[in-house]
Amino acid sequence: MSSPKDSQELRVIGLPRRRVDARAKVTGQTRFADDIFLPRMAHCKLLRSPHPHARIRNIDTSRALAYPGIYLVLTGKDVPIQYGILPVSQDEQALCLDHVRHVGDPVAAVIAREELTAFEALDLIDVDYEILPTISDPEEALATPEPRIHDYGEAGNIHKQVALEFGDVQEGFAEADEIFEDTFFYQGNTHLPIEQHASVAIKDPDGKLTIWSSTQTPHYLHRALAKVLEMPAAHIRVIATPNGGGFGGKSDPFNHEIVVAKAALLLDRPVKICLTREEVFYCHRGRHPVLMKMKTGVKRDGTITGMHLQTLIDGGAYGSYGVASTFYCGALQTTTYHIPRYRYEGCRMFTNKPPCGPKRGHGTPQPRFGQEVQLDKIAEKLNIDPAELRLRIVESSGAVTANFFQLGTVQLAECIRRVVKSSRWNEKFHKLPEGRGVGLACSAYLTGAGLPIYWNKMPHSGVQLKFDRGGGVSLFCGATEIGQGSDDVLAGIVAEVLGIEPFDIRLFTGDTDLGPVDLGSYSSRVTLMAGNAALQAAQRGKAIITEAVAEKLGIAKERLRFADSRVYDAAAPEKTVTFREAVCIAEARFGTLGTVGSYTPPKSPALYKGGGVGPSPTYSYSAAVVEVQVNPVTGWVTVPKVWIAHDIGRALNPPLVRGQVEGSVYMGLGEALMEEQEFRRLPKKLSHALVHKFPSMLEYKSPTTLDMPEVFTELVEEPDPQGPFGAKEVGQGPLLPIMPAVANAVYDAVGVRIDEVPITPEKIMKALAEKKAGREPRFGPSHFPDIPWPEALRVPPPWKGGDGNAINEVIRGKNSRPEKEKVLAP
Amino acid sequence: MSTIPRAAEKTAKIRLHLNGEDTDVTFAPYKTLLEVLREDLGHTGTKHGCELGECGACAVLLDGKPVLSCLVLALECDGRQVLTVEGLVSEGQLHPLQETFADLGAAQCGYCTPGILVTAKALLDENPHPTRYEIRQALSGNLCRCTGYLQIFEAVEAAMLKIAEKKDE
Repeated sequence: MSSPKDSQELRVIGLPRRRVDARAKVTGQTRFADDIFLPRMAHCKLLRSPHPHARIRNIDTSRALAYPGIYLVLTGKDVPIQYGILPVSQDEQALCLDHVRHVGDPVAAVIAREELTAFEALDLIDVDYEILPTISDPEEALATPEPRIHDYGEAGNIHKQVALEFGDVQEGFAEADEIFEDTFFYQGNTHLPIEQHASVAIKDPDGKLTIWSSTQTPHYLHRALAKVLEMPAAHIRVIATPNGGGFGGKSDPFNHEIVVAKAALLLDRPVKICLTREEVFYCHRGRHPVLMKMKTGVKRDGTITGMHLQTLIDGGAYGSYGVASTFYCGALQTTTYHIPRYRYEGCRMFTNKPPCGPKRGHGTPQPRFGQEVQLDKIAEKLNIDPAELRLRIVESSGAVTANFFQLGTVQLAECIRRVVKSSRWNEKFHKLPEGRGVGLACSAYLTGAGLPIYWNKMPHSGVQLKFDRGGGVSLFCGATEIGQGSDDVLAGIVAEVLGIEPFDIRLFTGDTDLGPVDLGSYSSRVTLMAGNAALQAAQRGKAIITEAVAEKLGIAKERLRFADSRVYDAAAPEKTVTFREAVCIAEARFGTLGTVGSYTPPKSPALYKGGGVGPSPTYSYSAAVVEVQVNPVTGWVTVPKVWIAHDIGRALNPPLVRGQVEGSVYMGLGEALMEEQEFRRLPKKLSHALVHKFPSMLEYKSPTTLDMPEVFTELVEEPDPQGPFGAKEVGQGPLLPIMPAVANAVYDAVGVRIDEVPITPEKIMKALAEKKAGREPRFGPSHFPDIPWPEALRVPPPWKGGDGNAINEVIRGKNSRPEKEKVLAP
Repeated sequence: MSTIPRAAEKTAKIRLHLNGEDTDVTFAPYKTLLEVLREDLGHTGTKHGCELGECGACAVLLDGKPVLSCLVLALECDGRQVLTVEGLVSEGQLHPLQETFADLGAAQCGYCTPGILVTAKALLDENPHPTRYEIRQALSGNLCRCTGYLQIFEAVEAAMLKIAEKKDE
């Protein structure tokens, strides 16, 4: 979608501006889900399994039901229909029917007048569990096909396997001067939004259902509710309240949402739930722990001849987005540097832990960490500066990658040059005193998933505009505000096109009844997709108003301009009407004024099975330099400064863009240095259960104000033809280079390689001890298990005459998914 | 049988000086100040992220000092002054901190914002010209997952200048 003519000066877009929802946020008036209090509202609490793996023999709720103040107790029998975010993994139950799969899996719900009463009555529910053996990690899962955590998947406890080959990688390795083979481990971590998930459901006066919920994906919650409650979707209204932080953690339909909806229907009164912080840790859907083996062949000048990546992915207890995550773990490796031959094998395992899912970067930070750390090793061995090496091999704008992703604008080289200059890289790299170092890394990310979760030909985003006689415009869209500024993006674009102020626009977003579908706030899709829909709707409105006003003023349509809340003759500005008058003129001429806009991504050239994950209308690029100080006595790492350049296309509202970059740097530093979702087994005599090591904010370490370094952010603005006014994504991409840049900086500082995150002082001390003993100065995984990989789907890359299709057919086991349930990328 | 368990009976009664107004409230005595503000007084501007004193989202000013309202029993607050985010607006005007937080991108999702605003106000009330390091220290108990904190520091510094200018007028 093209941007409006640049000859016209922009009045809103690109200028720093108070976001449209800022006043509500700074006065505490933003209404989050738990801020909703309704008359006669009851409260819900969930009883969660204390066991990581067990059969439910029996649940006796009679004592709880008899407790004073209890309205209702629900168990799995009341909501037996399975659901899940992906069509291929409908493996969740709102309340477990007969099988619990992780500590925290809900088995019953109590609804009471007082929250305290509901909480107390949980103790009165008697559950008879038959304890099953617990599977704690992917290697144990591979070695333990029975008992199965789920009765679907590839085999045993293997949930999903992927094998794809784009060109002959062995040929690539034969051509190489040097071959590098490394294993890396990326620990799991969680989103930790400050807002705990909350939902309020109500049976409307006419008998329909409304639910307010802290969800990033009201459309998919809508689908799950219709399925589980066996109600027509048209009788369910989902309102996504502004999220108090999401980061991917509120993208699945959740147990508690379905339970309060069911309870509200049964009780005919509002029912609310707000999770405790401990429960938020059990909902999880966070970063998958991934063990990786990465083999890369290079020429002496740094040219990559081939890459082979294998991943072993810890999925936790449910499917969630895991099928997509498994593809994503291997999808975007090709989008930064030219890789002529690429092979990927990925394997996601079920384990008895809270399910993993999409966290900021979804599946790409893990292999990106490996790739960028390995490139650092390659640069050292080839004696090429790491920045120079990357500049030699960056992909170019408009390229089609080996795995058939159509790239848009690629300003990665410019990003690298910017951070090299601003950080004074050439004066620092290898030149700082012992204990001080700099590291560089790059990345790319989607600007929206090119295909929807449920494959259909309808738009991914729609916007309706209603033009008021008062000169205001009402905007209706399913897009969900999770803090990223989606409301502001929509208002800014419409205001720019119509020549009015963002404040003149009234927004109705995140509501499945009021607005057309937007698929949700995930995959960095809102600015480009909802933004393009808003742009189209506004341009259509402008065209109608232009025709009526031109006729009224008796001037040519081409001469009309919209600016400063006026419509005027560009050649004779005194010939003018206010925007309000213009709307009235148009309404008098054409009748009630309203327009719609919609957006569907371009068709991807990746036609092979699995090619649905990774295509995007365009990709963002980032480069970062991180400086570290490592204390050689304690292993403690401090980060004084980060320099980052991000290829944004165009910054629609610069302070918001900067905030996304800095927030990404912050979260990346947390993942690099401290954040981990860790589990431990209780001693054998105490049940041997696998429990979350620290389900609290105090023990789950995240960076505070005292940890945050200075960040020097530069935006590279080369408008991308796919984006509204040229804009690309910024919410996720800038996180990706941080973790490898930290690891590379630690190596520059003290000469040890930490091939896993988080990079804790303990790991640095161990590596320093290895170094001192004259052994390999490294901490990281030492092996990658033998995995029975399926035959790879072979897709010749574009430069080998490939057309995007595979040249072989792979016959999968009887457990593989049926063809009709083909899943596409979230 | 009563449907209200004993612990939930509203047997406690206190008078707060809440955001400049005398406010009476009856509530169940086990409740924290956070719960009474949100549930019994409808002041939902104050948020919660953990109810364990870990995140800082529930910060309010008690007699001018920042406290975590999830760790304070409401019964302890009888006769005391409580300032929440709702009390920052004065005569229809945003507090300078609210203005600068809104203008400089210091509030993204806005969930930690009320706690940070009142904590920053307490800092500026006590120390009208804090250094960047003093701002970092004062806000070190307030977690924010969106911003990376830098725009928050800048907004506090910009508010500091605004307040100083007002005083000079």
